[in-house]
Amino acid sequence: MSDVSSGDERIKEMSKVRKALMRPELGGIVGTVAVFVFFGLFAFDSGMFNAQGIMNWSVVSAQFMIIAVGACLLMISGEFDLSVGSMIGFAGMMIAIFGVTLGWPMWIAILVTFVICVAFGALNGYIVVKTGLPSFIVTLATLFILRGFTIFIPQTIERKTIIGGIREAAEGDWLAPLFGAKIGAPIFNWLGDMGIIATFERGNRMGEPVVDGIPMLMVWALGLVIFGHWLLTRTRFGNWIFASGGDADAARNSGVPVNAVKIQMFMFTAFCATVFAVCQVMEFGSAGADRGLLKEFEAIIAVVIGGALLTGGYGSVIGAALGALIFGVVQQGLFFAGVESSLFRVFLGVILLAAVILNTYIRRIITGER
Amino acid sequence: MKSTMRKLLLTAAIAATPLLAATQAAAEGEKYILVSHAPDSDSWWNTVKNGIALAGEQMDVTVEYRNPPTGDLADMARIIEQAAASQPDGIITTLSDYDVLKGPIMAAVDSGVDVIIMNTGTPEQAAEVGALMYVGQPEYDAGLAAGKRAARDGIESFLCVNHYISSPSSAERCQGFADGLGVDLGNQMIDAGQDPAEIKNRVLAYLSANPKTDAILTLGPTSADPTLLALNENGMAGAIYFGTFDLGEEIIKGIKAGVINWGIDQQPFLQAYLPVVVMTNYHRYGVLPGNNINSGPGFVTADGLEKVEEFAGEYR
Repeated sequence: MSDVSSGDERIKEMSKVRKALMRPELGGIVGTVAVFVFFGLFAFDSGMFNAQGIMNWSVVSAQFMIIAVGACLLMISGEFDLSVGSMIGFAGMMIAIFGVTLGWPMWIAILVTFVICVAFGALNGYIVVKTGLPSFIVTLATLFILRGFTIFIPQTIERKTIIGGIREAAEGDWLAPLFGAKIGAPIFNWLGDMGIIATFERGNRMGEPVVDGIPMLMVWALGLVIFGHWLLTRTRFGNWIFASGGDADAARNSGVPVNAVKIQMFMFTAFCATVFAVCQVMEFGSAGADRGLLKEFEAIIAVVIGGALLTGGYGSVIGAALGALIFGVVQQGLFFAGVESSLFRVFLGVILLAAVILNTYIRRIITGER
Repeated sequence: MKSTMRKLLLTAAIAATPLLAATQAAAEGEKYILVSHAPDSDSWWNTVKNGIALAGEQMDVTVEYRNPPTGDLADMARIIEQAAASQPDGIITTLSDYDVLKGPIMAAVDSGVDVIIMNTGTPEQAAEVGALMYVGQPEYDAGLAAGKRAARDGIESFLCVNHYISSPSSAERCQGFADGLGVDLGNQMIDAGQDPAEIKNRVLAYLSANPKTDAILTLGPTSADPTLLALNENGMAGAIYFGTFDLGEEIIKGIKAGVINWGIDQQPFLQAYLPVVVMTNYHRYGVLPGNNINSGPGFVTADGLEKVEEFAGEYR
């Protein structure tokens, strides 16, 4: 507090504690601890914390993380994308159409799908930037358009809304394992042999560990979180993202290419949705017209739990990742805790509301904003 | 700030305690989990919930019901994985998409959890994933039987009101009906959506665009109830041949009033009740029926409606 007399708050020194408390991910950290304590107390011996259980909520959290990273950066740059869920369904269906129905090699199907989906993201961004319409409305339109195609195309070509056989079509492909494989099998085999994790008791996989590897889905989630965090906090582009969402006019006046930043963030969000979709179809082997329903809101919720502002200009990728973790653990944990299933949404709503109120409260106290 | 946090946590914990205690106190006997593919909005599954509640009470076992809230089948796969991780004695699940669900189900079977397939799926698929048995109504065959019945009644064209287009078993019912009639399904199946007002208006629109349609096939109360309203509105009630899958209160009234010619009862109560009973006896005494159980199809017409009417939507 030595420089108070200079009157410039930007170079004012702050205590380390206060600085730590000002981080947007504080709420996420507190929430994560609270959630684990809660389920540790109520669901400890329910199988939630054995190997299978941990894998279960980790995979669900990793799914949320993948789309939350895209949604987080986009939200910080001041925009929304409501078409994420439809994009997931659409991307999966495109891969099925190209790779199974048309019989293209799987790597071409995956690459072409990425190109189409990122192009849709760019189109979203272009329309928002050029027309000045709220992204809420523009991407709501995309939500319906993409979902419509996802039902119409397979219904017309194949007379059904679920196309299977993707796993078989992807066999021996060089690109597909990047999304569908599992890594670390030897480690898990060893853990199984040592009796640290359970093994299958019967069937043709008898003796194999119940968890046989880390799915690439989780590797993608961690990779995207690290990339997003680095981009946002360690690069000039990251500052541009904050500036575009904080005050777009001020940013423009100081030479930030706001339009380009926003369009690129829409493309990145579409990219994340496509990663989600490719991992999903590679794991499950089929694409369905109902995949990804409401996922856009789940992404936004994770980001908001993680401390980002809906109005843009403030937030953190680490926070969003923690938000995704909280969301995943709560969602699956309620099942483990044996909560009556019809009350599931009530719990989810209460916990989300509590997290967001807590975040706002902490931020107001710390930043002194009214 | 700290005290606020503590208060919030305490409130959450206190609010949760009675619910958790309530569900765990019943866990004396075996524990079973029933996983369905139905979204929350599908009221038909209430009968299933009542079925497992009754079976759980009579057999002194705990049965939990779980479903993906939006009907997303990929989410359902996660729920099955989660159910297996919580180490119940058995899982009763639908098999609405073989590709998506076979992995999680086989993993559950291999990790020592017994599985019975109910409702959707085929007996062959149930055997393939290592399930003990299949309890349900083979969908295509039921549609086919209904189509043949309608063909005998002189029907040549129809409208299939599909309120759950993303589930392959729904389309199979329509396809079976078309094959039973001996006509091409073509554009006679519409994606009606889940919203009653939308379903009603789509049916109205289709019927005014295709006034020569002989018959209507609905796939359950979700599509049948709005269709009844639509037919009352355009005056075709009673004039057009109307068959439906599944039963519900409005459907029973429709059958009684002569608006609906027949309802196909697949008896979901049995699909939920029997697996619990079968599995409990298997786990207690090692006895298991040697075959799959067909819970339907049974055609419900205006004759002998009394019992059906009394329990429609509850046990029927």
